[in-house]
Amino acid sequence: MFDNNRVVIAGMDLGVDAGEFLAVLGPSGCGKSTLLRMIARLSEPDSGQIRIEPNGERFETAFVFQDAHLLPWRNVLANAALPLELMGVAKPQRNEKARAVLDQVGLLDALDRYPAELSGGMRMRVSLARALVTEPRLLLLDEPFAALDEITRFHLDVQLRELWQRRGMTVIFVTHSVSEAAFLANRAVVLARHGGAIKLDRRLELPPVRDIELRGDPRLGQEMRLLLGAIEG
Amino acid sequence: MKKTLLAPLIPFVLLTLIAEFLVRAGFVRAYLVPAPSAVLRAMIDSHAELLQALFATSVGSLAGFVMSALTGIAIAVLLSSSRGVQRAFYPYAIFFQTVPLIAVAPLLVIWFGFGIQTVIASAFVASVFPVIANTLSGILSTDPPLRDLFKLYGASPLVTLFKLRLPAALPQVFTGLRVSAGLAVIGAIVGEFIAGGGLGSVVETARTQQRIDKVFAAVLLASVLGLALFGLINLLSHLTLRRWHASEQ
Repeated sequence: MFDNNRVVIAGMDLGVDAGEFLAVLGPSGCGKSTLLRMIARLSEPDSGQIRIEPNGERFETAFVFQDAHLLPWRNVLANAALPLELMGVAKPQRNEKARAVLDQVGLLDALDRYPAELSGGMRMRVSLARALVTEPRLLLLDEPFAALDEITRFHLDVQLRELWQRRGMTVIFVTHSVSEAAFLANRAVVLARHGGAIKLDRRLELPPVRDIELRGDPRLGQEMRLLLGAIEG
Repeated sequence: MKKTLLAPLIPFVLLTLIAEFLVRAGFVRAYLVPAPSAVLRAMIDSHAELLQALFATSVGSLAGFVMSALTGIAIAVLLSSSRGVQRAFYPYAIFFQTVPLIAVAPLLVIWFGFGIQTVIASAFVASVFPVIANTLSGILSTDPPLRDLFKLYGASPLVTLFKLRLPAALPQVFTGLRVSAGLAVIGAIVGEFIAGGGLGSVVETARTQQRIDKVFAAVLLASVLGLALFGLINLLSHLTLRRWHASEQ
């Protein structure tokens, strides 16, 4: 896969099971985002293939970007309902679904507000709701909380993990934060700086419930050390 | 809001007083620059003629401006449709803009005859380019992740245009319209110089009659018209964008 005429990912063989929460870690420019874009079919690989089984509809994939990227001229409800609108779902149905998913991210009291009137964390939650409104089976997140302050980020991490558990979808989460990867994921993959080689592929040994308690758990520290070692090594 | 209206009034009043003094004291010849009081008197004396002229120029400018807005946005949409189209035609849009209007105006008379249609054409020619240029740049600078989002959910190019690209370009469209509004008034007056009618004719006739006070009165009204159009666009822009664009908050 090329990006500005540079080979970003040369050879990679990565399988992800349904229902998995996979974190993809690596230094900047290692091809994490490119990988995600290829899985979402936003970029095509020059060679090789991306297979999603069973051969599903493309709308079963959702993408969350580095920033919220909402439409500033639409209120929260209309932003969250956008994917369904583009897919041709009638207004009453799509608004009902959008309201339900906004309820899940705790934004039911902000339906009429516009992105300019929201905090960064709230905007990101709208973005998350927009991704979830189609009930995707595969959720791709590209460093989604990187621009937020740490406290907001902690809350969103917990929320994302809960949403994943409730919905049983597959999540691929790209991040450069070791602590976020270890806290969120069941499995973490560390990419090498160049060419997309996999340096570590590890199933994390952490309890299924991830809450604020886990932040101080020595097992989390142990996993973080392992991941960090793979990145540095 | 009150302060933004009040602040520019202070230099206006001061300059008026200074001009009045300079003319009355004989420092400036009244046949070169009239005293503000003389301009005011000309306005009152010829108010029927001036108001009629103002109305004619307003119609000409507004019609030309609306045509510019509609065609300008349409042309920008066409230009944005493919890079090839853009490469082939955009240079002509730029070339078109560099042709001096004052030199083209006689041609417009030949094509459209004497009267309001030439004035409208002149206003249109003068004001269409900023709408094209700003709208095009707005459409082309759509946030890439949002384009990806629309692609992900299978939106057609037409849906993407109307639900994403055009609304996202609105702030820049308004920037173009603001520039274009002032140019439309200039274009209309140039058209009137040659095709007759409106404030342009008043200026022309008053000049030959050595009525410098009336020339000033007509020029002042033309500026007020330009200002009013500009204010109208600002109001529209504010009403449209106030909820979402940072520059309107």
